[in-house]
Amino acid sequence: MHKYILRRLLLLIPVMLGVAFIVFTMMYFTPGDPAAIMLGEAASEHDVERLREEMGLDRPFIVQFSTYIKNLVVHQDIGRSYQSKKPVVTAILERFPTTLKLAALGVLVAVLLGIPTGIISATKQYSIFDSASMVAALLGVSMPNFWQGLMSIIVFSVWLGWLPSSGFSTPMHMILPALTIGTSSAAIITRMTRSSMLEVIRQDYIRTARAKGQKEFIVITRHALKNALIPVLTVVGLQFGYLLGGAVLTETIFSIPGVGRLMVDAIKQRDFPIVQGGVLFLAITFSFMNLLIDILYAFVDPRIKSQYK
Amino acid sequence: MDKNKKMLSINNLSIHYITEEGTVAAVQDMNLEVAEGETLGLVGETGAGKTTTALGIMRLIPEPPGKIVQGEIVFQGKNLLDMTTEQMREIRGNKISMIFQDPMTSLNPVIPVGEQIAEVIILHQNVNAREALERAAEMLEKVGIPPERIKEYPHQFSGGMRQRVVIAIALACNPKLLIADEPTTALDVTIQAQVLKLMNNLKKEFNTSMIMITHDLGVVAEVCDKVAIMYAGNVIEYTDKKSLFTEPRHPYTLGLFGSIPSIEDDEERLNPIKGLMPDPTNIPSGCPFHPRCPKVMEICSEKVPKDTEVSKGHFVKCLLYEE
Ligand SMILES: Nc1ncnc2c1ncn2[C@@H]1O[C@H](COP(=O)(O)OP(=O)(O)O)[C@@H](O)[C@H]1O
Ligand SMILES: [Mg+2]
Repeated sequence: MHKYILRRLLLLIPVMLGVAFIVFTMMYFTPGDPAAIMLGEAASEHDVERLREEMGLDRPFIVQFSTYIKNLVVHQDIGRSYQSKKPVVTAILERFPTTLKLAALGVLVAVLLGIPTGIISATKQYSIFDSASMVAALLGVSMPNFWQGLMSIIVFSVWLGWLPSSGFSTPMHMILPALTIGTSSAAIITRMTRSSMLEVIRQDYIRTARAKGQKEFIVITRHALKNALIPVLTVVGLQFGYLLGGAVLTETIFSIPGVGRLMVDAIKQRDFPIVQGGVLFLAITFSFMNLLIDILYAFVDPRIKSQYK
Repeated sequence: MDKNKKMLSINNLSIHYITEEGTVAAVQDMNLEVAEGETLGLVGETGAGKTTTALGIMRLIPEPPGKIVQGEIVFQGKNLLDMTTEQMREIRGNKISMIFQDPMTSLNPVIPVGEQIAEVIILHQNVNAREALERAAEMLEKVGIPPERIKEYPHQFSGGMRQRVVIAIALACNPKLLIADEPTTALDVTIQAQVLKLMNNLKKEFNTSMIMITHDLGVVAEVCDKVAIMYAGNVIEYTDKKSLFTEPRHPYTLGLFGSIPSIEDDEERLNPIKGLMPDPTNIPSGCPFHPRCPKVMEICSEKVPKDTEVSKGHFVKCLLYEE
């Protein structure tokens, strides 16, 4: 198991290099000059040129990229923000707890809604509850986040006045964003739980459990659920990783100071180091999330555990 | 021991599956009896309705599509079909146990085998979890698995070992009736004999009645006292083992014997029964076997044969023997 984890961690290195390369290339070819934006409209051509030189932006792509990688590998340094002059790492870590909280709340909403709904749908297949929740799940995945966010602001903040529409300071502030970001994950988790559960309750060992005289409730919660949740676990983990990276729109709509907002602002201002650092950071988080799921898997499923031995 | 004490009697039992393709009469007007300590063999090809019969006794027919249409299943003097879910739960795993066909799939893959045995003990006996695990270890030993392996998971065992675990679960509460649904079909031939022997020994030790479901007449010869031959949901011949082997009457039964290769026979050819099992949703009129029957008569496609007692305790559903 330890060997496996180590191997997976080592595998992160090429992934990171690849991600860094792609982001760097994209930023390089993005129109818009960071030096010009930093100096503002009034700056002279000459000043901009000088700043570009200072920032190393005039050098060829390959030189810029290898400098970036060298700093990353040798000094663990991914630069400073052009705008705030803060180290990129600091800028991101300042914002990360907020994003983490938002994503975690979103996943919590998704799990609390999705798993029970999926279980009941499966055990009462073709019932009204099942049909209703499948329609709701379809709506849930098809509703774009930004639209749902705006609609919930209109309904709950503007019309009803129940909940605040921006910020992330109190639990009241967190309700709408968490629901907005968690809805589509809830829908995906509902579907996954339902289909996995349907698959499991046809299995022979469920019949064995019933043949022992076990209560139906225990048959479902102990015998079926434990097996059915194994694939659901993957989906939950992936959704969490996805929410960490995909909170951009929700953060923007609800004015939440998270990593997503930081990156959107950085893109607007051509603050390359922040964008690169942000993407790199999200890629690492996502990969760690995946690794964590795989490790969890081994704990839930004895068959996988013995493969690692 | 009172050999004639009735443990189970099935009277006029019919079980249907109502599907989109049509209604399958999986069990049709069945009458069977099992006395205390006795082993009844239930023999038939795949699709004959053997598993449905077993699940019917356990009241585990999936509903829908399944439905017990008529009849009664009297166990120790009480009709199981009148019992509440609660009452049935107390019987399952306790007084009536079932061993399923495929040991590879009938154990829960994420629960250690010991816990799976202990579960049934906790359900039906007044013991705590620790005592139940101790009993589970004893049961493992009894079926020939080292009790140290109690914490292992099903995937760590071979097919034969898993079937032993299943047997341990089934026998853990010392049931009055054990239903074994083709317990050896999925196993290697060498393992088959071991498992059968084990079951037979344990059954004798506990004086359990048994319904042995099989399509193998060799198994019947080894373990059964009585035999019911099923074809397309009907019990077409029902008698004790001796008269089944010495004077089989139904053309289908004769066909089954014909399909066993005989070593003494000069002819090396098998004599399988011609034709295929009928489409379950579209059973032939009259006697369901008539399209394949070598002794078919004109009347066979019109008249449904009734049980005829050809000699004492030997019932045949065939128009050849009807008055
Ligand atoms: N769940 C089910 N739904 C529909 N038909 C079924 C179901 N289970 C069994 N059957 C049908 O009932 C008949 C008897 O099946 P079964 O009792 O499993 O036979 P056996 O155990 O003798 O092979 C078959 O024709 C089979 O297709
Ligand atoms: Mg069967």
